[in-house]
Amino acid sequence: MTREDLTRIFAEELTKIAPDASLDGVGEDEDLRDALDLDSMDISNLIIGLHERLGVNIPDKDAAKMVTLKGAIDYLAALA
Amino acid sequence: MTMSIFKMPSLGADMDAGTLVEWNVKPGDAVKRGDIVAVVETQKGAIEVEIFETGTVSKLLVEEGTTVPVGTPLAEIEGEGAKPEETPAPAPAPTSAPTPAPTPEPTPEPTPEPTQAPTPAPTSAPTPAPTELPAAPDKAGEKPVSPAARKLAAEKGIDVAKLKGSGPDGAIVYADVEAVVGPTHKKEAPVSGPSKPSAHPGLDFAEMRKAIAQAMAKSKREIPHYYLKHQINMRAASLWLDETNAERPPEARLLMGTLLVKAVSLALTRYPEFNGFYENDTFRAVPEVHCGLAVAIRGGGLIAPALHDCETLSLDDLMAAMRDLVGRVRTGHLRSSELSDPTVTITSLGERGVDEVYGVIYPPQVAIIGFGTLETRPVATEDGLDAAPTIIATLAADHRVSDGRRGALFLREIEKLLQVPEAL
Repeated sequence: MTREDLTRIFAEELTKIAPDASLDGVGEDEDLRDALDLDSMDISNLIIGLHERLGVNIPDKDAAKMVTLKGAIDYLAALA
Repeated sequence: MTMSIFKMPSLGADMDAGTLVEWNVKPGDAVKRGDIVAVVETQKGAIEVEIFETGTVSKLLVEEGTTVPVGTPLAEIEGEGAKPEETPAPAPAPTSAPTPAPTPEPTPEPTPEPTQAPTPAPTSAPTPAPTELPAAPDKAGEKPVSPAARKLAAEKGIDVAKLKGSGPDGAIVYADVEAVVGPTHKKEAPVSGPSKPSAHPGLDFAEMRKAIAQAMAKSKREIPHYYLKHQINMRAASLWLDETNAERPPEARLLMGTLLVKAVSLALTRYPEFNGFYENDTFRAVPEVHCGLAVAIRGGGLIAPALHDCETLSLDDLMAAMRDLVGRVRTGHLRSSELSDPTVTITSLGERGVDEVYGVIYPPQVAIIGFGTLETRPVATEDGLDAAPTIIATLAADHRVSDGRRGALFLREIEKLLQVPEAL
């Protein structure tokens, strides 16, 4: 799976959590929690979504890596 | 055969009127207690209104799109021997409606048996995203609609049922409505001021702000608040949570917030003077704990819908209920009972917050419990100094009902409960 695929899937899962949020204009190193106003419940839902979609079981201790677009894609790419 | 009237409910002390945007029933339909029969647009967005009796709809009295004061008859219901007073008439007589919410009681008088409206889908079904949940309670074929989309559609006279949704599970989002009406210029932009336009372009933040202003001003005018704070060592809770979650798949994990809500709920059963309503110069304690959970709405605004019967739920069920509730705040599927009957409020800042939060009591409740951000702080022990995860709990309570001494014991009780997380 390419980084483009992962980015698209990540964006789709994010849209499920925040239907009116968009990654457009969000920098890849920007903290998504600040940029999109995500709380711990949102991040938890995102990790659940990625688990179901990609089969990746992201432990809580790695959740901190998922809060930027670059961090998340790097992490997912390493697992894939 | 008894005839009863289904009225525009009061969904909180700050509501005096609502717009009936959608009927989910038509004359001749059978309804049962707990069914969602209508969608009402309020300052807090679109709310799904439940009925509190079983019977048959005989007549709809108000057309879709009409704004009416709280207490206005909306439909006639032929009951199955149900007592007429069982109608959801939480509101006082419509006469009091025009005034800015002076007395409206947020609870239906005989508390509508909480057993009736508990968590919709508390089963631990590995629900992927909260956005999928609304599908369950809805009737087949009804797509979820985000509050922003519903609002824009109403403004433009678009029937959302005819739209194709591009959101999850076919949810109709703002962009879907915009695609039909063309790019819109938010008419409330000038008044909503600094609120970020990005997240919910169509939700009327100015109206929501007005509702919050009304309730909070009433609170500060009438309720003699007193405040207490207490730092709680969260090492045991943090360790237990890490260990528990490490063995679980993502969908079965717990959040620290769940432990906090459960600890507060259990403590409230032992300190009932913080759980209930102060109305007509008297305090009425409520045996069940319906925690209003303050949930921020992306882009601005705040709502504190109830998690029902928290004191009886396991941590897993409570977590599922919280996930469901927060999801429905985001997608606009809150139910009337969730807005009308919180017995207490919890506000937790979560990550990226600050040390302490002192809440304003939401009338006619008598207490609000606040939790700051979990931080590692120096804690003095018998042996010296420890760097421990801690959280600062605060209590704002109504001095007409309780005193600081009891408030202190109550916060200590929450602390005690959090030291034994496995027992929560």
